[in-house]
Amino acid sequence: MSDKDELVGFKVHSLEYQTKITKKFANRKPWKTPNPNEIYSYIPGTILQVNVSEGQEVKEGESLLVLEAMKMQNQIEMPFTGKVKKICVGEGDKIPKNELMIVIEE
Amino acid sequence: MSLKKHILDLRKRKEKVEMGGGEKAIEKQVAMGKMTARERILALLDQDSFTEYDLFVEHEAKDFGMDKKQLHGDGVIIGTGTIYGAPICIFAQDFTVAGGSLGLMHARKITKIMDHALKMRVPLIGINDSGGARIQEGVNSLAGYGEIFYRNTIASGVIPQISVILGPCAGGAVYSPALTDFVFVVDQISKMFITGPGVIKTVLGEEITMEELGGARVHAETTGNAHFFAESEAECFDQIKKLITFIPWNNTKKAKEFPPKEPKYTGKIEDLIPADPRNPYDVRDVIAGIVDDGDFFEIQELFAANIVIGFGRLNGQTIGFVANQPMVLAGVLDCDSSDKAARFIRFCDSFNIPIITLEDMPGYLPGADQEHAGVIRHGAKVLYAYSEATVPKITVILRKAYGGGYIAMNSRHLGADFMFAWPTAEIAVMGPEGAANIIFKKEIDGAEDPEEMRKLKVQEYKEKFANPYVAAAKGYIDSVIEPNETRNVLLHALEVSESKEVIHPAKKHGIPPF
Repeated sequence: MSDKDELVGFKVHSLEYQTKITKKFANRKPWKTPNPNEIYSYIPGTILQVNVSEGQEVKEGESLLVLEAMKMQNQIEMPFTGKVKKICVGEGDKIPKNELMIVIEE
Repeated sequence: MSLKKHILDLRKRKEKVEMGGGEKAIEKQVAMGKMTARERILALLDQDSFTEYDLFVEHEAKDFGMDKKQLHGDGVIIGTGTIYGAPICIFAQDFTVAGGSLGLMHARKITKIMDHALKMRVPLIGINDSGGARIQEGVNSLAGYGEIFYRNTIASGVIPQISVILGPCAGGAVYSPALTDFVFVVDQISKMFITGPGVIKTVLGEEITMEELGGARVHAETTGNAHFFAESEAECFDQIKKLITFIPWNNTKKAKEFPPKEPKYTGKIEDLIPADPRNPYDVRDVIAGIVDDGDFFEIQELFAANIVIGFGRLNGQTIGFVANQPMVLAGVLDCDSSDKAARFIRFCDSFNIPIITLEDMPGYLPGADQEHAGVIRHGAKVLYAYSEATVPKITVILRKAYGGGYIAMNSRHLGADFMFAWPTAEIAVMGPEGAANIIFKKEIDGAEDPEEMRKLKVQEYKEKFANPYVAAAKGYIDSVIEPNETRNVLLHALEVSESKEVIHPAKKHGIPPF
């Protein structure tokens, strides 16, 4: 049952109901439109190698960094030709899934 | 040796092995607040009913100095007994013997009793308390797990399988409980996870305690892996015993009938619910108001509480109840509640337990997180489970039955045998407000006072459509009943469904949206 015992207004389609909220529902993450200039980790792991520096021009397909996860060395590639704006991780960092690693720009 | 000496020798051998890992290890087990494997079996089964097998089994491992180690019973106790007279096959891992680790002979004992349970068509109870695979026995341990999982699967739907987690259950070991029908956990004692806190820390640098990662509460509330949560082992055993009274021995039998009893609640059923569909109530009060002795045995009480599932009796016969819970998240269907309901419906169908659905729900939970979590395929499980079930299926619509939810909750269209509705039922594609906004958009937008016109049109729609009579006019609802008649109407419906038979086309098996 819900951890909060008080009733709250809860809208489903056109009507608002009085009901309790579950912990899971209260903790859900609201949707955010992804920004193509932000590169996030898709798996938890360790930054093995950073191959670029801030301000550097990088061609599409070139390696930005190596993220080691589950004994596999994953090349994180530049999705389009552009510039590295900011590097948010350092070599040796252990990062969770969905961690911002690099910000790029066209 | 004289005959008496032989007997004394046997007794001595037994006594020694029955001490498991010895006094020190038992002291440790007790210090952790846990009972020993043997105590657990004796506490669970009827007095003097336990008969043990394979007491003298020993491991055959030779590597890493194992040839010099004797592990009593190879760390697991197996046997047969009864619970309230029902025959039971049981195994209990003994943590005092090499941490209850699973080696080849340990696994062979478990698969032996599983084979026995399946052959004899009696329920299987497994008590898990093990550090995991016995690393010294290498791939033999993995083979052992695999052979257990295979049997869990083959026995699924033939005999009830119950898993009790009374200690660690980690790595591959967790998949045996996950394949069984009911998982019992005890606060602070049960721990289940695929990868433990140590690995998570190494790989991710995240610190999490065993309790936070895979404690009893986590599995009862968040993951839904556990079906019953108890504060103590004693309470857990009481829950198991109660469950056994509600379920049959196997899929060819019916659950034992009990002497009929009237519900404890003597008030009017309609007094339990508010008339305004936006106001909540606890649907468990309605179930308790209908079932024998007010005794409703809830399953997965703490997980996805927006749907309620569990067993109760009507005139002594076990019934599976599925009910939307307006008290939590307005009773919507979402990924978790769909999974919860679908699995329960399939259990009831496998084991000849009629299903009664109490419906009061505004639809599926909207949101990007739900859509992305696959509410389509999870929600489809409910439709699949209801449609495929051939046990008697009865629905009572209490208040709201909107849109896809109306279809999903055991509607006539999915094969319900009886559809009843209270006069408070609203069966429609959506709530009156939403419907009026769409249907009367032109009139509302073109009105001098759109708000006033909206109110008017909502009222008009409510009067015309937000009731059970439109569906009853089509025969989708068999009967509109007074709430107070519910128990008697259900008793009658069950009585005339006694010999229900539905034969679907022969097939190997269906492909539910897992």
